[in-house]
Amino acid sequence: LVFTEEDKYGLYSNLLFKYFLAEGVVCGHELFVASAKEHPDNILKELPAPLLDDTYRNELGEEATAVKSEDFQDSMKIAWRYQNLPKMEASPTTSTKFGHYYDVSKTMSPELFQSIKWHSFYLPEELSLQPQMKTCNMNSAYTRLLQSIQRIVSQEGFDGSDPQKKQKNILRIGIQSLGSLLWGDDICSNDTPEDIHSLTKFLYLLRGLLRKSLSACIITVPAHLIQNKAIMERVTNLSDMVVGLESFIGSERETNPLYKDYHGLVHVHQIPRLNSLICDVSDTKDLAFRLKRKLFTIERLHLPPDLSDTVSRARKQDLAESAKLLSSGCGAMAIGKKHLDF
Amino acid sequence: QGKFTLLRDTRTDGSFLVHHFLSFYLRAGCKVCFVALLQSFSHYHIVAQKLGVSLTAAKERGQLVFLEGLKSCLDLVFGEEEEQPGQPRPLQFVSESSPNLKALFDFVRTSLTPASGDSWKGPVLLVDDLGVLLSLGAAPVAVLDFIHYCRVAVCSQLKGNIVVLVHSNEDSEDEENELVVNSLCHHSDLILWVEGLATGFCKDVHGQIKIIRRVSLELTAEQDLVQIYQYKIQDKNVTFFARGLSAAVL
Repeated sequence: LVFTEEDKYGLYSNLLFKYFLAEGVVCGHELFVASAKEHPDNILKELPAPLLDDTYRNELGEEATAVKSEDFQDSMKIAWRYQNLPKMEASPTTSTKFGHYYDVSKTMSPELFQSIKWHSFYLPEELSLQPQMKTCNMNSAYTRLLQSIQRIVSQEGFDGSDPQKKQKNILRIGIQSLGSLLWGDDICSNDTPEDIHSLTKFLYLLRGLLRKSLSACIITVPAHLIQNKAIMERVTNLSDMVVGLESFIGSERETNPLYKDYHGLVHVHQIPRLNSLICDVSDTKDLAFRLKRKLFTIERLHLPPDLSDTVSRARKQDLAESAKLLSSGCGAMAIGKKHLDF
Repeated sequence: QGKFTLLRDTRTDGSFLVHHFLSFYLRAGCKVCFVALLQSFSHYHIVAQKLGVSLTAAKERGQLVFLEGLKSCLDLVFGEEEEQPGQPRPLQFVSESSPNLKALFDFVRTSLTPASGDSWKGPVLLVDDLGVLLSLGAAPVAVLDFIHYCRVAVCSQLKGNIVVLVHSNEDSEDEENELVVNSLCHHSDLILWVEGLATGFCKDVHGQIKIIRRVSLELTAEQDLVQIYQYKIQDKNVTFFARGLSAAVL
């Protein structure tokens, strides 16, 4: 269960959402798209087109050759302890091919859709139907959504209930802007909401469904609107992976020289620890994203070298403040109060 | 015997302790009732196999009673109406409007009360993540009542042990959760508190564990004993060492 906290204007989290669905199309999985504000048909029309291998390698190749032309074979004299560290790789290497890359300037061609099956749940259309399950005091929109998902899971045999089915496939579920006002939940508009348990009950039952079937789910939530932080803590506990996107639009960080190359930060709050005692933690905790004309990339955030001629105190302090705000660790691995990661 | 152990984690995941206690008590030959609310059975099974215990075998010989919360809740909500009346539905508080956890307590008590042919050593109740009960709509008082009833039944009457995992956070805004955790801390005989290092993330030392033995509860005017170790989690094992003596440093 991948839980994404939306950025303020929802631009980038929508992009991530579409990437998840597009990957499903390219891999031939079945899709289930649920939304309360945009009709799923429209969402699916705007999925980014997959990049063919050659085009992407060419793009990446240009950048890589530019880097290689620099001279980095000189052995270091002063900072010689760093000699043995691998060269900092900002973007993913082409050697590990996992998943596909997408071109955000083009939309996916309809032919790719022909081969896959997809289901949609658009809340305004579903309100007329009566739920046939026990409501458990849960918000009726969530109840309907859950029932719809359960119906698809058992009908299409994702939970192994149909042994005749030879082809095993995966169901990718995408739920957009859960918890927002459009779903009938007032946790985003009210400090003391009427029913604080609806969302968590829904997530718990969804988690049960996901665990007993071959499916994966991404949910985006406008976390910045939820007033009651206790809900976010409980939700984090109930999800496998929690990622927060913070965009720089409209915030003071937009003009901060530290962040001039990037459009926002990626906070990984939790990574899944399934079927094992440990989890796979990456080396770095500071990730930032940027939206180039064709690509959306997530890279390591590294501080630019401090090459100012005049040592202006104000600017240095500013940079130090921003640096302190980085590196909040994830929940699965421990995080501490001070920021001396080593 | 008759001890209540609280597993508490802050800003990190203490579930490795749950896996440890599960395999520890099963290997010791105790009858275990495991209320697993957060993960599926196969998750615990796979990790237990790495630690050398088979959960399916334990279930078959009646040593382990496993309540898989996720599955039980789903059956409750999507199940058909023609179930036999009187069948235990431990999580039925989820669909009730004024939830109390009596059904869950009855389930625990019936599973740990020794049957006539049983030869297991003391009963053990293990709960993975009490906070989930709060997320599902139980009031904090109901949760504390449930734990209290369990203590009376398991610790006093049956002379068994209870191990419960909770999450907490210093600047947490989840007041209900903090209330439950603080109350349980006062009543525990042993607290294992897992935290991140104060200096931040480290690859070789995953965190520190504080072992608090509540000797002060025994009315002998002694202070609680506190021991602090650091740990590193590996694939099949967790290594503990004194502070500052991680293998990476030596």
